Amino acid sequence: MLEKWTDQKVEGVIGNLLRTGVILSATVVLIGAAIYLVRHGGSPADYRVFQGEPNDLRSLPGIIQRSIHLSGRGIIQLGLLALIATPVARVAFAIYGFAAEGDRLYVAFSSLVLAVLLYSLIGTA
Amino acid sequence: MTILIFTILVCLGSLLAGLLGALTGLGGGVVLVPLLTLFFHVDIRYAIGASLVSVIATSSGAAAAYVKEGFSNIRIGMFLEIATTVGALVGAFIATRVPTRAIAIIFGVVLIYSAYLSRRPRPKSEWHNPPDPLATRLRLNGSFPTPEGLRYYNPVRVPAGFSLMFGAGTLSGLLGIGSGAVKVLAMDQAMKIPFKVSTTTSNFMIGVTAAASAGVYLNRGYIDPGLSMPVMLGVLAGSLIGTRILVRAETKWLRIIFSLVIAVLGVQMLYQGIVGRI
Repeated sequence: MLEKWTDQKVEGVIGNLLRTGVILSATVVLIGAAIYLVRHGGSPADYRVFQGEPNDLRSLPGIIQRSIHLSGRGIIQLGLLALIATPVARVAFAIYGFAAEGDRLYVAFSSLVLAVLLYSLIGTA
Repeated sequence: MTILIFTILVCLGSLLAGLLGALTGLGGGVVLVPLLTLFFHVDIRYAIGASLVSVIATSSGAAAAYVKEGFSNIRIGMFLEIATTVGALVGAFIATRVPTRAIAIIFGVVLIYSAYLSRRPRPKSEWHNPPDPLATRLRLNGSFPTPEGLRYYNPVRVPAGFSLMFGAGTLSGLLGIGSGAVKVLAMDQAMKIPFKVSTTTSNFMIGVTAAASAGVYLNRGYIDPGLSMPVMLGVLAGSLIGTRILVRAETKWLRIIFSLVIAVLGVQMLYQGIVGRI
């Protein structure tokens, strides 16, 4: 038998989850930024023409691969991915919270939102 | 311009946008894309990707503070997120298919309308409604703390609010903005949810909505790490500083100035889009 949760408790955990996610991703982005700027800070900046990112900066395996090789851009992208994952984790946790409250309708609603988020992240590649 | 100088300037500009957005309550995301495209000559697709990422950061960063106040309604947020996330997906797909000048024109119109909305006095919303059958079945009725004890509210016109939220999501996905103003409009004006509950719940929803289109943008190669890094860090720092000093600041004049800036940027975006320079 699950311990009975209240909306306040669920919201409290979600608030902490979001804050942790933001702090974590900002830290990773800062580390990547340091490497990127030390290596490429002197090169010219040009974002006038859209070329699209290379394939390995568009997917999780590629981003991890680059991060392992301590690529600054790869590590920044890893931090940004963690940031995008933060609201996804919040919805996933809400499913658990609503289940613990015994609220089936909102377990269904949260699952639907999670499905849309996962489709966007994985299904549109 | 070297990458180092570019990074510092974009970071400072984003910090200012985040600071003004938090101080005025108008959100910083809406000026980021014009700032990047008009002043830094960044392609609008990279600008939207970077803006979207920073929107997630500010929404999530502020949510922790709002939770403590006990105003946000997690059920209203989750139910309406069904509409905003699907809308955001649609918006992101539209963005990858229409020419960039069309996006610039829509952006200009949205900016000018936001400036107008922020100047118009907010019509007083009457939220002492009898329970609505659909809202009751969806368990959207809620309460919030006041010095005189808990106050109860009953949202109404759920289908209208849900449809408006779909629109808010589409705008968010298409333009890379939080579209908090439309979300608050849907809750406060259409569904008659108390203003404070609407704004805090909207902030919660913004991050989830932006994440729904961020996946598409990432997969399409619109999110550039070198550009998103200073934008995200700058806006996050700016909005955190903004919420800290909010209690002491006199924001009336700041709101007027910032809404004028938004209007001018809107006219610029509209013009550049029409002549085809974006």
